Amino acid sequence: MDQATDNRCPATAGEAGGSLFSWQALGFTGFLLLVFVGVPVTFGRLPYFITVLTNAAVLSFISLGVWITFSIGRMNLAQGAFALVGGYVTAILATRYGISFWVCLPLSGLVSAVLGALIGWPMLRLKGVYFAMTTLSLTEAIRLLALNGGDVTKGATGIVNVPPPGTIWIFGRMVVPPFSSADPMPYYFLAAGMLALGLVAVWRLSNSRLGWVFRSLRQNEDLATSIGINVAKYRVMAFSLCCFMAGTGGAFFVAFQQNIYPSTYTVADSVNFLLYCFLGGLDYLFGPIVGAFLLVISFELLHAIQDYQALIYGALMIFCMLCLPNGILSLRLRRFDGRRNPKA
Amino acid sequence: MPILEVQGITKRYGGLIAVNNVSFSVEKGEIVAVIGPNGAGKSTLFKLVSSFVPPTSGKVVYNGQTITGLPPHEVARRGLVRTFQETTIFKEMTALQNVIVAHHLRCSASSLGIYFASPKARADEVSFRDRATEILDYLGLGAVKRLQARNLPHGHLRALGIAIAMAAEPKLLLLDEPFAGMNLEETDAAVEMVRGIRERGVTVVLVEHDMSAVMRISDKIIVLNFGLKIAEGAPAEIQRNDAVVEAYLGRPDDELGH
Repeated sequence: MDQATDNRCPATAGEAGGSLFSWQALGFTGFLLLVFVGVPVTFGRLPYFITVLTNAAVLSFISLGVWITFSIGRMNLAQGAFALVGGYVTAILATRYGISFWVCLPLSGLVSAVLGALIGWPMLRLKGVYFAMTTLSLTEAIRLLALNGGDVTKGATGIVNVPPPGTIWIFGRMVVPPFSSADPMPYYFLAAGMLALGLVAVWRLSNSRLGWVFRSLRQNEDLATSIGINVAKYRVMAFSLCCFMAGTGGAFFVAFQQNIYPSTYTVADSVNFLLYCFLGGLDYLFGPIVGAFLLVISFELLHAIQDYQALIYGALMIFCMLCLPNGILSLRLRRFDGRRNPKA
Repeated sequence: MPILEVQGITKRYGGLIAVNNVSFSVEKGEIVAVIGPNGAGKSTLFKLVSSFVPPTSGKVVYNGQTITGLPPHEVARRGLVRTFQETTIFKEMTALQNVIVAHHLRCSASSLGIYFASPKARADEVSFRDRATEILDYLGLGAVKRLQARNLPHGHLRALGIAIAMAAEPKLLLLDEPFAGMNLEETDAAVEMVRGIRERGVTVVLVEHDMSAVMRISDKIIVLNFGLKIAEGAPAEIQRNDAVVEAYLGRPDDELGH
């Protein structure tokens, strides 16, 4: 138990010794094998299912961002807004200026991150339900902005026929084959790659001192201030990282679906990103991934109940908060987790 | 030069004057106590000095520099660190992790360096861990350093609060009611602890209810009543001061603990 506690210490995380890497790296390698070898081999001939998995992968990538804002103690309902911003950035740049998707992808994240920092600076002063309400309105505001954006966003007709990602040549060798709407497999690999990269990046963040500073903000902002932590700076840092992930995720979906409308991300989507985190477990890095895959896949498989999605999501959220406040992963991981003692 | 000079500081909340034109100074190496009946403005004064709330008028000079208007984390960076009245700690970390995180100001690596675990960042963390262990041992928390902070007993929590503040390497430490809710033995231990902190070269200002502890520990006592400073002096003088006796000590009051 002591060992488990130790792994969470910045000091040991910094040393990056054997104990830290052995089982976590093993788990991650397993995850990579499953995603890049297992799934293509098993489901390669089922394009529909590959599409579902692609959706789930990028939705969980976007939810990972929400998970970061949770780690500073803020409930972020603006993730849909920043995904929409990222999506429009890619759509506009690709259709109007013919800029390659591979440039648009990080650029969309960057635009969302900068916008997130600007909006987040004043907004992050709010806490709890007030922050949640403000971010909720932000999702709606960005949607309305897109709807009334005139020529730039093309209003309700949206931007359609966005070109798919092109080939990448390096030294005369084709590194990335052309994408086509007929074959979901390249998209799947891109989505899986984004998720894997996102996971590593957020895992590193969460285990470094930055992650500890973020958690200290969640636990007590006044105390964090008193020991010299610039609370505003780290809050904005966490929030704009979150927005970056929303922006790149949004950019991906534009390339995947080749279109974007103001209604592509609504308040319901923002709530869903939150729900994935809740369902999987806020204390676990894999929480949003487990939550997103579980919900996305089960709803695709159970066509009959899709009409009741909102109802079921709502009920699930209430159930989670009442009965499983630490998410599904808490059921399995509790015994590994030295620091948790819910009843104390 | 005094390490801290409070000059005519006033704080109004609407029509209420919580702190009214209070001035005092603290010399390096002193232990100074601020006392007063409930609602006298002690806590507000405390927040004003640590820059957690801005004053309506007046200023705070620390080490010759005006710190009024600076954000509180900047004040902490300069070595003026406060603790909190209640058991304010990072509850979901172990005692050791609490104190390691509290070394934030000593970080020499940049955010990017921290993220990519640069050699500097690693060296930082190793030294923070050693220093945190030392501080915890010193404050008698060595045995419980791996426990979740939320599970620590009350007395240990107060000490952990002080350990967190000590990690920020204060030159001037503001203690908010360090003896509240303690029995006689615990108070004795805490009094020794505060003296020990002074031995380490830290100037201490404390806000306190426990009169006997304050009389034992302080070099100087400042008495507030209804936001006004009514007396200032050595413990023996304060005990004889008529205004203080009338406002505070003279009342038959269980709170005094005598």
